Amino acid sequence: MKSLHVSTTINGDPVEFICDPDEPLLDVLRNRLHLTGAKEGCGTGDCGACSVTVNGRLVCSCLVLGAEVDGAVITTIEGMADGDQLHPLQRAFIDGAAFQCGVCTPGILVAAKALLEKNPDPTDEEVRYWLAGNLCRCTGYDKIIAAVQVAAAEMRGA
Amino acid sequence: MALDEAKRNFRYVGSRPNRPDGVDKVTGRAQYGADATAPGMLTAVILRSPHAHARIKSIDTSAAEAIPGVRAVITGADFMRSDDDFLRDVQENCMARDVALYDGHAVAAVAATTPAIAKAALRAIVVDYEVLPHVTDVDAAMQPGAPVVLAGRALENVPAGMSENVTHSCEFGHGDLTAGFAKADLVIERSFKTAATHQGYIEPHACLASATADGKADLWCCTQGHFFVRTLCSAMLGMEASQLRVTASEIGGGFGGKTTVFIEPVALALSRKSGRPVKLVMTRDEVFRATGPTISSSMDIKIGMTKDGRITAGEATLRYSGGAFPNATVDMGAQAGFAAYDLEAVRTHGWNVLTNRPKEAAYRAPGAPQAIYAVESVVDELCQKLGLDPLTVRLKNAARKGTLSSYGPTFNEIGLVATLEAAKAHPHYTAPLGPNQGRGLSCGFWFNFGGNTCVSLNINTDGTVGVTEGNPDIGGSRASISLMAAEELGIPYENIRTIVADTNSLGYNDVTDGSRVTFAVGLATIKAARDAINKMKSRAAQVWGIDADAVEWVDGAAVPAGANAGKFPPLTLADIAANSPQTGGPIAGHHEVNVDGAGVSFGVHLVDVEVDPETGFTKILRYTIFQDAGKAVHPDYVEGQMQGGAVQGIGWALNEEYIYGKDGRLQNPGFLDYRIPVASDLPSIETVILEIPNPGHPYGVRGVGETPIVPPLAALANAVSRAAGVRMTELPMSPPRILAALKG
Repeated sequence: MKSLHVSTTINGDPVEFICDPDEPLLDVLRNRLHLTGAKEGCGTGDCGACSVTVNGRLVCSCLVLGAEVDGAVITTIEGMADGDQLHPLQRAFIDGAAFQCGVCTPGILVAAKALLEKNPDPTDEEVRYWLAGNLCRCTGYDKIIAAVQVAAAEMRGA
Repeated sequence: MALDEAKRNFRYVGSRPNRPDGVDKVTGRAQYGADATAPGMLTAVILRSPHAHARIKSIDTSAAEAIPGVRAVITGADFMRSDDDFLRDVQENCMARDVALYDGHAVAAVAATTPAIAKAALRAIVVDYEVLPHVTDVDAAMQPGAPVVLAGRALENVPAGMSENVTHSCEFGHGDLTAGFAKADLVIERSFKTAATHQGYIEPHACLASATADGKADLWCCTQGHFFVRTLCSAMLGMEASQLRVTASEIGGGFGGKTTVFIEPVALALSRKSGRPVKLVMTRDEVFRATGPTISSSMDIKIGMTKDGRITAGEATLRYSGGAFPNATVDMGAQAGFAAYDLEAVRTHGWNVLTNRPKEAAYRAPGAPQAIYAVESVVDELCQKLGLDPLTVRLKNAARKGTLSSYGPTFNEIGLVATLEAAKAHPHYTAPLGPNQGRGLSCGFWFNFGGNTCVSLNINTDGTVGVTEGNPDIGGSRASISLMAAEELGIPYENIRTIVADTNSLGYNDVTDGSRVTFAVGLATIKAARDAINKMKSRAAQVWGIDADAVEWVDGAAVPAGANAGKFPPLTLADIAANSPQTGGPIAGHHEVNVDGAGVSFGVHLVDVEVDPETGFTKILRYTIFQDAGKAVHPDYVEGQMQGGAVQGIGWALNEEYIYGKDGRLQNPGFLDYRIPVASDLPSIETVILEIPNPGHPYGVRGVGETPIVPPLAALANAVSRAAGVRMTELPMSPPRILAALKG
């Protein structure tokens, strides 16, 4: 298989890489670009630990090919904080003890940010359904839902 | 170390500061098992048996080895063959020797320059299998004439004439069962089954091994216990422990499933053979087929009760299967089954049975949820049939201080009655229920554990402190350890940084298991802090020219006491630290101990459900947990343990199961078909922490991590049974199973 050359933007930076035609974006991010914040929990799109956004759309990066993102704008967990300023979601997750092992946390934060961009004032039910694609085995989700609501309120200026 | 009776007003312990690894984990900076790389690194993959049971007649690796880019191929023959049964079982579970014992059992492995080449090489390995008859059901495996999984492994306590798959039996209890049942107004006997479930950590097993030609090696891996990993791997590879340094990565969940090795010895052997660093990461399919799971069970329970709710006798027979290798998990089930009750007559019998399933790994309170599910289901049915309130009945029969427990010891201070009373007083217990709704409750229990622990505490010259411990942090324990160090030293939490060190940096630390870390590592940290305080008092005494005995430690400072009181201004920790080069050099505290005195833990869960009679679907309406934490060091993470454990138990009760086909192959090795609870399945999980101090810890701490997975199985079964009007006796209570029960 001949490698492909791809030009893209990741977390605001211009990035070029080569990848195999069948190589998932997740493998490109982790193995070629050393952006290991996105995790592989399943490789089949069932756990959400590899969540990133591509052109603003929330996706499982294990289900997207590296070859598909030529010209796209990608954001990962590594692009969530603004320099040394954490995003309100990141702060709320730390303050609210919304993770234990933390391996699902990057994917959940990326997904929660995508939710709040669409719906700045979700109900708990809406948060629970939006995050239903992100598995967490440690917390029982309770503190995650609460932390998303704390961040949402802060972002609304409430 | 006994409870410090004077210590009741805590300054830091009991507060909720941010965890030290918080920013790392919300920014993607935290390094988990699969996140490490090394120059020249190879990628390894494992070939697994497609058969439930097959003799390996030959393995031809020559074609794989000839592929450019393939640097090493290994099989079971590349490992030492240990004379020790335990070690040989762990090793042969990592890679089969002569016989593949379950679908997914590793038979060979390849390391190559790219993942694509490694996978191509796997396809080029030729294994000649002779397929053998298999058995995956525990009851079928006990029958005479069942296919024998491993011959010659039955212990002496197994009666002659049983299937060779029965490897072990146990019995616990006291009193006269016949007389006890004779006193009962109602005796109920029921049989139950529970499916095997997986720990379901989101991070698959992953490691990076680097061995050198002079016999040394470094291993980076996600594990609950890197010292134990060193013990196992060095024995399998014939290395001295000192030559193998193991570093624990951040760990993406374990729940008991990362207390042993699966891929680490394989990666080390490949690295040794290739002379290159080797990274090995499991796929989710491999995690399901070849790691974990918990035991599957088949159980008979008989309990007698008087009309006024006194339990007169209880008996349980437990048949557990932990897969293809012997284990004694049934002992813990047989000990825990009736632990919540003060009984005159109780007997439990346990049997371990081999099946062609993956080797069981610990899963949060291993062995207890199944037995307690069955016992608590029968207690609930007795209450229903006798028209008694299930909480009142449990209070009437509750174990308390002085109770001779069903497994032998007499209980010290325990919190069961307090948790039951808290549940009874909670508004949840009397809230109204609608049609097709039911309320269930269950007690839960876990022994808890102490174990080998070694901690160093270094006083930095700027007045801050570094704590070095050896137990991977699976749920915020570094925060709890820092809190206890802050409490003891009298300096702010923020001035302390706790790290988990590699195997070369400390003496042996037992695995992060048994809910031991906050209890045992906390205890050792408190002792290490006291050791450092004694040294700092000596330094102050030296400066003041008085006896060290005449110095006290108050609020983070040495103060002259007794006859010298008030003669010198206090010297703070920072003062003493800054001056340490002039008073004798660096100051550090240490403590090494095999900790005893873990306090047992009880919890009570209440749940309301609604069962849809059309679909058999169960919706959880409300869930409340009551648990004795002894002393909640960081309440956020105590609540987190309670909530997370409960939700794992909910998954076990309603959805999760290993499903084997007639061919003995696992049919659902992925998160789509093995469905763990997601956020939209659940309501908020309310928590109520009770604090009945453990006499065996200076601050009264008990382990909290395991008990919460125990009650949900019966709490859900009792709620569903009451809502559906039919007693459920098999887990999981998936919609088809509930529909079948409704149709009778």
